[in-house]
Amino acid sequence: MTDLNPQQKVKFYQKGTYTTSNRLVDARARLVQASMDRNNSLTCGHRACQGCGEALGARYAIDAAMRASHNQTIAVNATGCLEVFTTPYPETSWQIPWVHSLFGNAPAVATGVAAALKVRKNKQVRVVAQGGDGGTTDIGFGCLSGMFERNDDVLYICYDNQGYMNTGVQRSSATPPAARTATTQAVGDAPGNVFGTGKNVPLIAMAHNIPYVATASIANLKDLEAKVTKAMHIHGARYIHVNVPCPLGWGSAPHDTVRVARLMVECGLFPLFEAEFGEVTNVIKIRKRVPVEEYLKIQKRFAHLFRKDKPDIERIRAIQAMADANIKRYKLLGEGA
Amino acid sequence: MLKQTEGSQAVAEAIAMCRPEVICAYPITPQTHIVEGLSALVKTGQLANCEFINVESEFAALSGVIGASAAGVRTYTATSSQGLLFMAEAVYNAAGLGLPIVMTIGNRAIGAPINIWNDHSDSMAMRDSGWIQIFAENNQEAVDLHILAFKLAERLSIPVMVCVDGFILTHAYERIDLPAQEQVDQFLPPYEPVQVLDIREPVSIGAMVGPDAFAEVRYLAHHKQLQALDLIPEISAEFQQIFGRSSGGLVHHYHSETAKHVVVALGSVNGTIKDVVDDMRADGIDIGAMSICTFRPFPLAAIRQALGKVDCVMVVEKSLDVGLGGMVDPNIRMALRGLKRPLFTAIAGLGGRPITKASLRVFFEKAMKGEIETPHFLDLDWKVVNRELERGRKTRRSGPTAENILRALGPVGGDV
Repeated sequence: MTDLNPQQKVKFYQKGTYTTSNRLVDARARLVQASMDRNNSLTCGHRACQGCGEALGARYAIDAAMRASHNQTIAVNATGCLEVFTTPYPETSWQIPWVHSLFGNAPAVATGVAAALKVRKNKQVRVVAQGGDGGTTDIGFGCLSGMFERNDDVLYICYDNQGYMNTGVQRSSATPPAARTATTQAVGDAPGNVFGTGKNVPLIAMAHNIPYVATASIANLKDLEAKVTKAMHIHGARYIHVNVPCPLGWGSAPHDTVRVARLMVECGLFPLFEAEFGEVTNVIKIRKRVPVEEYLKIQKRFAHLFRKDKPDIERIRAIQAMADANIKRYKLLGEGA
Repeated sequence: MLKQTEGSQAVAEAIAMCRPEVICAYPITPQTHIVEGLSALVKTGQLANCEFINVESEFAALSGVIGASAAGVRTYTATSSQGLLFMAEAVYNAAGLGLPIVMTIGNRAIGAPINIWNDHSDSMAMRDSGWIQIFAENNQEAVDLHILAFKLAERLSIPVMVCVDGFILTHAYERIDLPAQEQVDQFLPPYEPVQVLDIREPVSIGAMVGPDAFAEVRYLAHHKQLQALDLIPEISAEFQQIFGRSSGGLVHHYHSETAKHVVVALGSVNGTIKDVVDDMRADGIDIGAMSICTFRPFPLAAIRQALGKVDCVMVVEKSLDVGLGGMVDPNIRMALRGLKRPLFTAIAGLGGRPITKASLRVFFEKAMKGEIETPHFLDLDWKVVNRELERGRKTRRSGPTAENILRALGPVGGDV
């Protein structure tokens, strides 16, 4: 499997950036997007907001899936931003067979598509289901768990932007503590979202012992492509959880989408890892650790933590503790891939 | 082949002969025996080339067949009651997408109070979903309607619900003539989808449609249902040619084409009604019975023609539109609008309450004389109702209604 994973041990970062040049790396390790024969599965003309992290993530993910399947992928989409901005009738941005049914049933619809392919003995065509965090961690959670438990031959990709952005930025179970949303306002004694126990769907996916689980970020598109490619070469239920900042919902500048995503990884709040059959097999080490403030400060949804008259030091510390716990749990510091 | 068998088992065998390729199932009483039967047929290989998927909810069951149907294969699922409501969103979605799924409803009441027995509340709750709804009178028809349903669904690319009375049919052992596989193959050609997720010709299915085209899309769904009104008799005639018996169609007549007084009902209660009609005709009363087989699309013209000149229309229905009355009743009234036919409706058999010949006869005789209210709640125990109303008047915290009634009734169940 390692030869299918184009993660290089030595990275040739362009000076002063986090970008690894395509020209300097092995041809096999170059981005699918860097290739002229990329599929443009999610093509231009769609109606995503400026700086949409989900559009970026989906384009890279599905094109990688298409390449890995020799252009034989069917996509199933949950209701949400991705569905709405790509298919306002009579237009569609999808250049692959694509079906949308409901908000909460994408994993089950994908199971059905996979079953139809299996019964027709079609082993080439692969199924990718995709949805936002609401469609995945909340309303579609039952169907997702069922699809995992049966080990159906589906790759499910969750584009997590930490809230119900399509309906106007309401809280989901993926919304982080303290974040302001339209249903967790930055008012009262405990402004923003509650400090609950969290709902770590990648870990829940791992608890199903499915063949492959990974987290990915649009701050590391090469890694995202590699994980999708790897997942596409495995059969059974697979899950990739991609962090995709939402400028609208997070109150970040559209040109900062990748930066926000990177800071979230570099501070430890979003660990990048892979797991096979319930065991973590690989983590992406933090390159240059930053305190959570750097990540939080450039988002308006956390602005109430940094009020000049009354900075919320206690809760910033609590968020830092979450990042520290991730760093410890996934061993994100030190040398490594 | 004649066989003494359970309704659910016969339905399972009929479904298998239709060669579905993906079946998703989640158990709910009284649908269980059908999917158990199909599971066994797939597992033993008697139903080859079929994926049977045990899913985690009814919502997933219908969603799974939505995916499979969109991928171009013949699909089937079954449910009842709460299960149908739990999949309600997908029920509308399957119709909106125009996917020819066939689903059996083992008709059962909807709670609260929770009740596993038969009435038509479940299918009726989905009557406006865009699915074709056909009701079986007996288990022979339950078998036949499923074979017809696949043909109808696939001809129009529209989902079909076959409604089979829970327990009364699903769990009843009867003599059933199961068709030969060759007959079914002759009647039902392989499925040719009108839309399919195909990598050679990529399409987007399920796009968002705004005000600019939504009405047209919805009208076309209505248009398909209207087409079904012509197609259903046509398919039934074809069925008769191959299988040698009449099944399906819009309505069934039992002396009702000529009778002065006509009873209208859906499903298995027509068996009891026909017995009462026989008794009353033997006593010289000119009464007949019309069974509505196709409830959606609603055969307005056929019913107007059948009932337009009768002296008295009597509807017996196993559903209650709380706050209005009957659910079948307003449909019949629409068919008869402007004709001023006397119409009386009995709400009967809710939650499995037995519908007896004696009670029906009393209702019919009173209705024919115009001496009964409508809707009339057949065999409603007014003592129980009034006692509970009185309790509510006396005490603010009167407690849960159903439990109070059961306590007051004492040990029950033996006479159900």
